[in-house]
Amino acid sequence: MPDSMSRLVWPLAALALLLAFNAVVSPSFFHLHFAEGRLASPLIDVLNQGAPVLLLALGMTLVIAAGGIDLSVGAVMAIAGAVAARVLETDASAAAAVAAALAVCLAAGLWNGLLITFAGVPPIVATLILMVAGRGIAQLITDGQIITVEPGSAFLAIGRGALLGLPAPVLIALAAAGALSAAVRLTSLGLFIESVGGNEEASRHAGLDVRSTRLAAYAIMGLLAGLAGLVDAADIAAADANNSGLYLELDAILAVVIGGTALTGGRFSLLGSLAGAILIQSLSTTILMAQFGGRSVPVELNLVIKAAVVLIVCLLQSSELRRLLLRTRRAVA
Amino acid sequence: MAHALVEMRGIVKTYPGVRALDAVDFTLRTSEIHALVGENGAGKSTLIRILTGAERRDRGTISLDGAMIEPRTPLAAQRLGIATVYQEVNLIPDLSVAENILLGYEPRSRLGWIGWGAMRERARKVIADMALSVDVSRPLRSCSIAVRQLIAVARAVDQRAKVLVLDEPTSSLDAGETAQLFALMRRLRARGLGIIFITHFLEQVYEVSDRVTILRGGRCAGTHATGELPRLALVSAMLGKTVERAAPPAAVKSPGVAGPRRECLRAADVFRRRAMQPFRLSLYTGEVLGLAGLLGSGRTELARLLFGLDRRDGGQIRINGRLIRRHSPRRAIRAGMAFTPEDRRTAGLIAHLSVRDNIVLALLAARGWAKRLGKQERQAIAERFVRSLSIATPDLRRPVAQLSGGNQQKVILARWLLMEPTILLLDEPTRGIDIGAKEQIESLIDELRARGMAIIFISGELEEVVRVSGRIMVLRDRAVVGELAGAAVSTADVMRRIARPAAEDGHA
Repeated sequence: MPDSMSRLVWPLAALALLLAFNAVVSPSFFHLHFAEGRLASPLIDVLNQGAPVLLLALGMTLVIAAGGIDLSVGAVMAIAGAVAARVLETDASAAAAVAAALAVCLAAGLWNGLLITFAGVPPIVATLILMVAGRGIAQLITDGQIITVEPGSAFLAIGRGALLGLPAPVLIALAAAGALSAAVRLTSLGLFIESVGGNEEASRHAGLDVRSTRLAAYAIMGLLAGLAGLVDAADIAAADANNSGLYLELDAILAVVIGGTALTGGRFSLLGSLAGAILIQSLSTTILMAQFGGRSVPVELNLVIKAAVVLIVCLLQSSELRRLLLRTRRAVA
Repeated sequence: MAHALVEMRGIVKTYPGVRALDAVDFTLRTSEIHALVGENGAGKSTLIRILTGAERRDRGTISLDGAMIEPRTPLAAQRLGIATVYQEVNLIPDLSVAENILLGYEPRSRLGWIGWGAMRERARKVIADMALSVDVSRPLRSCSIAVRQLIAVARAVDQRAKVLVLDEPTSSLDAGETAQLFALMRRLRARGLGIIFITHFLEQVYEVSDRVTILRGGRCAGTHATGELPRLALVSAMLGKTVERAAPPAAVKSPGVAGPRRECLRAADVFRRRAMQPFRLSLYTGEVLGLAGLLGSGRTELARLLFGLDRRDGGQIRINGRLIRRHSPRRAIRAGMAFTPEDRRTAGLIAHLSVRDNIVLALLAARGWAKRLGKQERQAIAERFVRSLSIATPDLRRPVAQLSGGNQQKVILARWLLMEPTILLLDEPTRGIDIGAKEQIESLIDELRARGMAIIFISGELEEVVRVSGRIMVLRDRAVVGELAGAAVSTADVMRRIARPAAEDGHA
């Protein structure tokens, strides 16, 4: 089995197991029906609510593969919503609002990248700065208020619209995943990112532009965080600077790790990160829906169960642990 | 009267497949500075690691002050009075000088609190004892590397050390800083300490040491009073051959070259502080220029400056007639240069990437990220070079880390050959690879030269440099000290040039 496949096995297996669990414990999970002109089922809901994390996880995969990390993506989401809501207040078109928000978020990504590549600030510190400052900036843009979007605005289609029965956020996330996969595999960008993240010194020797490669990863991350913020704002029809994207950077990093991309950089798998993001998101829904003898799982257990499942997936991936277990088994036999 | 302080007898250490030390004897006296020299793999570090408890010996005995000792950890060795200062100073930059000197030995009050005043006082006394002048409350970070080095020595000596091991302490110091360290070493010697001084700099061996022990291939190749050992004898002992019997060049270089020769690389007064003295170099198409010198003589530093890996502090470099202003590997590559680094694994290969991706990496980097190369084209290029260089790999998708050393080296060569460079810098291309692969690479070099490529060839193996090169630049102590040309050049000539005292360099 090629290396790239073997790393995908565990996240996909865990996801399949979780879905199978759902099929048994709460059969309505897969129950598809039409409501309000689109397909509805808990499974679709998972994808719909998980769209922002999916988008973040895509960008985070590239950033981590290039040897970095981005803690600011949740705050950048808040900025995107705030900018879009402000632009919409001026009676500008939805397209203008989207363009303005994405431009600002691209700039935020570049800012992170420049701090890291040219100023030499460690990635965790550089993006921590924007994580804290970004939410403040979003609050400044909204004057600390929740700015609601007019009910009739075309902008809301991003969060609530549907095409071919699929909700818009799901389509956007899938389109972004497709476009990004094509972009990194059809150009040399994916190889450059894996090379820079795998061995920076050797990449420099080979004549790679290490800085530009890192910068590109952060720029793409900024754009995707902006997209995630727009989806979130359109979904709730408001820009909530305090809560939009809160803690989502952690879910995104988790999704990447579960997906088999090493935090130390190098090889990456966008498909793995997608599986990781869906796994994280469907866990919450699974826990909510699961019934045991007519009783549901207490809400307080949510985070603990989530952590336990994530831990198990990570342990399954650990080659050290597998080696240890093999040795024990041999010692016993 | 000086007596034996440390006696190591019949030390044997075997690693899987390698006998690192083969019955080595080593004696350090009180009040002496004892230089320990040898090329790569001679066993210097292994011997020191055994003395300082970082490694266990397989056989042999160690005694300190006449009593048998058995240091199992560096800490245990320290308690016995054997202190070590490594090249990479192991101190904590964010703590103050005083804290660094007394870390783990802080003066405590009866309640167990640290007495900060007493600590600074004590540190000040230690510093003054060594005739240094440093504000002990400054963070170590604000001190130069040289001062940190001195502070590391101060810390070691304050812990009542009898033996001080200095592992290449001068490799990143300039002349003034080195003099400061030597002054401190001499003061410590006067106090009765025995100092083991590991260095690659021949001049420094003669400047500061009383005796010198030479290791070669895991054996002791002699211990001598430094003043009585001629330089040439020292170099011969390190390289393992006598000047009289030095092998003649195995093959006479064929002068046949396609096309007229032209100067394709010129460096004028290029230098980098602490790394390389100003040097001049001209390289012509269709020639192999060898760089010869002992380990640490500046061979690699010179190549790194030419390729733009290290920023030069002055001087001019022209590649194919073009003046290179803001030098970088990217610019060097664009101008037609290629470089295979000494350390394949850290600087050459991207270990987790496939053989194919490693081969096409430089080409893709030069084309930019947007100009893709189809999978089939990449495959075809990689296949062509795997065949022409006979790289042994089960398939092209195999991670390059799984290949043998010789095949890894060929993968890097393939990466550069497909760029069709005019200038090829090869830093230790044959180190750690088997004989067969080595011969293949040597004949490839000659083939490329005959096709008109200009090659700079670096190797620690003198015979190889003489065999492969048409012209040889000799380096010593981070400076170019001479040039030898012609088919009659022998390893003995090169050794004589390496061994000549610095004072005579001016008049060749």
